[in-house]
Amino acid sequence: MLDEFNTWLGATPLSLLIQKVLWIIPTVQTVHILAISAVLASMAMFDLRLLGLVGTRHSIVSLSRRFMPWLWGSLIVLAVSGSILIIGEPKRALGNSVFLAKMCLLAAAILLTLGFQIILKRDLAGGNTDLASPHFAAAKIVGLLSLVLWVGIAVAGRLIAYTG
Amino acid sequence: MFDHFLHWLESTPIAVAISESSWLFPGIESVHVLAITLVVGSISMVDLRLLGINLRDRPVQELIAEVLPWTWISFAVAVCSGALLFSSNATHYWGTVPFRAKMLVMALAGLNMLVFHATTYRGVAAWGASRRLPRAARVSGGLSLALWIGVVSLGRWIGFV
Repeated sequence: MLDEFNTWLGATPLSLLIQKVLWIIPTVQTVHILAISAVLASMAMFDLRLLGLVGTRHSIVSLSRRFMPWLWGSLIVLAVSGSILIIGEPKRALGNSVFLAKMCLLAAAILLTLGFQIILKRDLAGGNTDLASPHFAAAKIVGLLSLVLWVGIAVAGRLIAYTG
Repeated sequence: MFDHFLHWLESTPIAVAISESSWLFPGIESVHVLAITLVVGSISMVDLRLLGINLRDRPVQELIAEVLPWTWISFAVAVCSGALLFSSNATHYWGTVPFRAKMLVMALAGLNMLVFHATTYRGVAAWGASRRLPRAARVSGGLSLALWIGVVSLGRWIGFV
């Protein structure tokens, strides 16, 4: 079923174009890596702040407003560039267990981020100027988990090239 | 002379281990990519501030003090992991255009940074907090951004030759 889909996708005109023009895949991969740089650097800063290790004189909400637009903007770039890479080489990604693991980690990272944003919004709506103190412990767990997830996503991304 | 060095490098036990192992190269490469994303991501934050695109409410010296230590740590990791990857097939990499171009562009990025710190940055106390920075600072930021995008492009290209 998946094999048939991959064969069909690999035979579409768009896929054939991506396969035929040699510079498309390296260029799109470069765009993909640059967008990952924006995500990892932004999330590292934000997560290290949640852990209380860096930039503690900035409020969590100010860093959230600063970095979240970069996260969501970059994720759109990543989805588009990633889709082009999949269309160009469907079997390399879709039948690959590391690719599936990467997508699961990504889903977890997005849900974790959204969950934390909801908690932060509620605290602000409840009259707090920043994340409320009962949530500080949870913020540390979120920061650590998020760091591990994003590093895992980047590593899995590179390993797709080596696995089947 | 340099060829001898490259051959010697390839024959070191570490280089042989990396080229013969099925997982050492991908493993080290993952670390390399991770380190580069942090180098480029953190430098871009400063570059975009110099260009006046991002973080305009933050004084430049404060941002640089906060971000640059992480850039240097990541850069050190990228250099070490990159040297290991290079050693596994040194003569091949040295002979490729994108590898040489990557080293050249990285040297230019370093030079740009040195010039910025030796000239424009000396007066940072006067302009660091303004939203729109002097032209020299904007030029440095734009050059740095372009050069590091070049480094990533050329690095990815090495894998295709």
